Amino acid sequence: MAQVLPESVPRSTPDGIVQETLPSRQFPGIPLFILVFLLVLPGLFAPYLAPHNPIRGSLRARLQPPVWVQGGTITHPLGTDKVGRDILSRIIYGARISLAVSLVAILVSGVIGTALGLMAGYFGGRLDALIMRLVDISLGLPVILLALVFVAAIGASFITVVVVTTVLLWARYARQVRGETLSIRERDFIARARVAGASHFRIMLRYIFPNVINTLTVLATLQIGAVILLESALSFLGAGIPRPTPTWGSMIADGRDLIVVAWWIAMFPGLAIMLTVLSLNLLGDWLRDRLDPKLRNI
Amino acid sequence: MSETPLLQVHHLKKHFPVTRGLLAMKTIGWVKAVDDISFSVPQGETLALVGESGCGKTTTAKLILRLEEPTDGEILIDGQPVHDLRGNALKAYRTAVQAVFQDPWSSLNPRMRVRQIVAEPLVINRKMSRAAVAARVQEVLDSVGLRPQQANLYPHEFSGGQRQRIAVASALISQPKLIILDEPVSALDVSIRAQIMNLLVDLQQAYHVSYVLIAHHLATTRYMAHEVAVMYLGKIVERARTEALFTEPLHPYTRALFSAALPGHPDITREEIILPGEVPSPINPPSGCRFHTRCPVAQSQCAEIEPEETDIAPGHMVACHLYN
Amino acid sequence: MTRHIGDVILQVDDLHTYCFTRWGVVKAVDGVSFALRQGETLGIVGESGCGKSMTALSLLRLVPRPVARIVQGRVLLQGENLLDKSEREMRHIRGRRLSMILQDPQTSLNPVFTIGNQLLEAIHIHHKGSPRTLLSRAINALSQVRVAAPERRVEDYPHQMSGGMKQRVVGAIALSCEPHVIIADEPTTSLDVTIQAQYLRLLREIQEETGLSIIFITHDFGIVAKMCDRVMVMYAGRVVESGPVRDIFNHPAHPYTQALLQSVPTMEERPERLYAIEGQPPALWELPPGCRFTARCPYAEARCEQTYPSSFAVGVDHTADCWRLQEA
Repeated sequence: MAQVLPESVPRSTPDGIVQETLPSRQFPGIPLFILVFLLVLPGLFAPYLAPHNPIRGSLRARLQPPVWVQGGTITHPLGTDKVGRDILSRIIYGARISLAVSLVAILVSGVIGTALGLMAGYFGGRLDALIMRLVDISLGLPVILLALVFVAAIGASFITVVVVTTVLLWARYARQVRGETLSIRERDFIARARVAGASHFRIMLRYIFPNVINTLTVLATLQIGAVILLESALSFLGAGIPRPTPTWGSMIADGRDLIVVAWWIAMFPGLAIMLTVLSLNLLGDWLRDRLDPKLRNI
Repeated sequence: MSETPLLQVHHLKKHFPVTRGLLAMKTIGWVKAVDDISFSVPQGETLALVGESGCGKTTTAKLILRLEEPTDGEILIDGQPVHDLRGNALKAYRTAVQAVFQDPWSSLNPRMRVRQIVAEPLVINRKMSRAAVAARVQEVLDSVGLRPQQANLYPHEFSGGQRQRIAVASALISQPKLIILDEPVSALDVSIRAQIMNLLVDLQQAYHVSYVLIAHHLATTRYMAHEVAVMYLGKIVERARTEALFTEPLHPYTRALFSAALPGHPDITREEIILPGEVPSPINPPSGCRFHTRCPVAQSQCAEIEPEETDIAPGHMVACHLYN
Repeated sequence: MTRHIGDVILQVDDLHTYCFTRWGVVKAVDGVSFALRQGETLGIVGESGCGKSMTALSLLRLVPRPVARIVQGRVLLQGENLLDKSEREMRHIRGRRLSMILQDPQTSLNPVFTIGNQLLEAIHIHHKGSPRTLLSRAINALSQVRVAAPERRVEDYPHQMSGGMKQRVVGAIALSCEPHVIIADEPTTSLDVTIQAQYLRLLREIQEETGLSIIFITHDFGIVAKMCDRVMVMYAGRVVESGPVRDIFNHPAHPYTQALLQSVPTMEERPERLYAIEGQPPALWELPPGCRFTARCPYAEARCEQTYPSSFAVGVDHTADCWRLQEA
């Protein structure tokens, strides 16, 4: 007789106590909405959505305030900067950079970190020791200093930003995946796979990797926020994507001098960063509770 | 029995180094997990290895499964030394020897469907068409009492007993000659245990497969095994046909173990032999007979001379000075 | 055996403990009643999820909140209803009058304190006295569970002890304040056979010395046969049969008890084939209105599905919930 249980049913533990997960978080509807409208749609369709050219402004329209402030016009709803570029358009185009940098950096560092973490955890021994020392070094690197060195060495570009973030982020994946691998490795289905003659590669790919995907999803979601922050910081320091490409970080840098007379130049990209990162974190927390309740500490 | 037994184990030893230090690892001693044991299992029979934790029964199972390399001695399957196999012979061995583990909650990959889990030994070792593999999966699922539609489900949709059936199906699919059963029912609920034990006995009769049964529950071994080997600290202290052993256990350790087993009825009162102390560490096992520190009938020679394995009756081996 | 069985010390009436989960109400304990006499050992037998552990936790009022709640019933310890007590009063009752030994000694001891420390902690809650008298009490508790050289052992950390030794320490902590009733929840499942035998004998001896009442929670009829005076068989949250241990073994009345006893292999003989109960226990969040064993019962009839059977007496102090007994 098949007792087909619905997914994630409370299973009675051997001691008879029904296990229940913590009261589940609410579905993150608002954060998801914010992400779609602030990051995803603008990132994908910037040229169709932006009302103005983000790079060329008109000096006649410089330093216009947002529409609801006296002197603002509907043509530039969020105002203009000191060379007359439309803030809204620049934020929309800036989302593109944020989205591209974070996706590429997460993908590259995720692949490297996961592969190294799997190997470290699965093979153990010297390889493990070596990889984990690299992780320690990577986690100890001073971010900003590293970025400035890279910029000095190879120049500021999209690639530089991706390289810097990857160098910093792979270690988190490696450490997390290694930890999970260590415990999965001891489970009987790995022993069974070895008895069946599965190769090391097959065991890592078919047996261990699918069991860490949940963790990776959670980690990646939380990391997107971190990458966006990092990219903004780099751009702010002039070590990010070179001007005149609009990025949220460089927009804040541009508005810094004029914060007293034209607060909107720095304010709106700052707000965009804050809302995006906050939403990503809320989404990540929700995913973590959903997928992997034991990961409360990352 | 004149023909060669399916599984032969000769003077098998496995010593694990005990190390200290991180980089320059110094060996400061050896855990003699398995220390010179020999036995054989004929085709179609079950040998049970019983003993308490640390007696080496699980290490023996791992050695037979090639999950560990022996320190010394050899294991032969069909006369072939298992640990020398390479290439196609190794693939053949991987299909001939399978295992069912204790905990059905940990022995199935939660991310694979039942049909993939069950098919794995075939997919890895044999070149077969998808259709042929699928047909074989249906066959074994049927033989362990699962329905064909259940092949597409994931393990979490099954209860413990059904999961153990899946594990048995996967062990059966490559038509193995030997299956290592590592405590196959002890993680299951009482009312489910009988189902799985009966299933394993039926399958043995149907396919003439041999079992090596690792168990600590003596009543289970009585029901399932043809022959029982009792282990203590890496040694086999007594080995006999099941009926002979249960009617007349000879070794003092076997007797104590049997007397400690729980009765099947409140009116059964056995002679209570309560052993003093606990099993000594296998790092520096006692000299002579390893059991002498807890043995109620130890003599002076027991501390010095290791007893030899002696056949008391045909097929009944005891390693004890009392019977020498 | 020199045990004296006295008056009823603990009485449980119609206890209901439910778990409120997002999948629905799980009736973990659904109308359990029993009485325990002084000096007696009562076995609660059943499979995982039958509610035996939840029953034990309910007696101590330690059910995992907020998910689980005791919704109905009375737990009378020496005539006082524990369910009416405040949390503060309960703290004085736990350990002192009603104590518990859990299954896994690895997790029931705190790894960062010495065992002496943990014993003193337990004693200190209920006894005042100079550090020296408390320490001698702790050492006494250890020697009561036959720990050799207790004066030195109090300095040890849990990781320095074997599993069997740790379980004795857990026993010492549970017994240190001389409780009247002790609940042992599968205390020997993680122990080796010979160590289990040592431990069971120890419990017996302590019971003979102190007149303790023991509730033994187990899934193993062997332990029941060896240790218990009376047995209560639970299935899916209800007691299906209860009675003196010999009556249950000799004349099991409920089909579930009969089937369980037949399905367990024994040391004494090898049956041609084990009786196997097909199927598995029902999910506790979608229980049928009638007898919960109906789906697996070889004698099931139409009325079994519709109405839960009442308890029928089948002997002295021996009852079972099965419609088939109505005619008899």
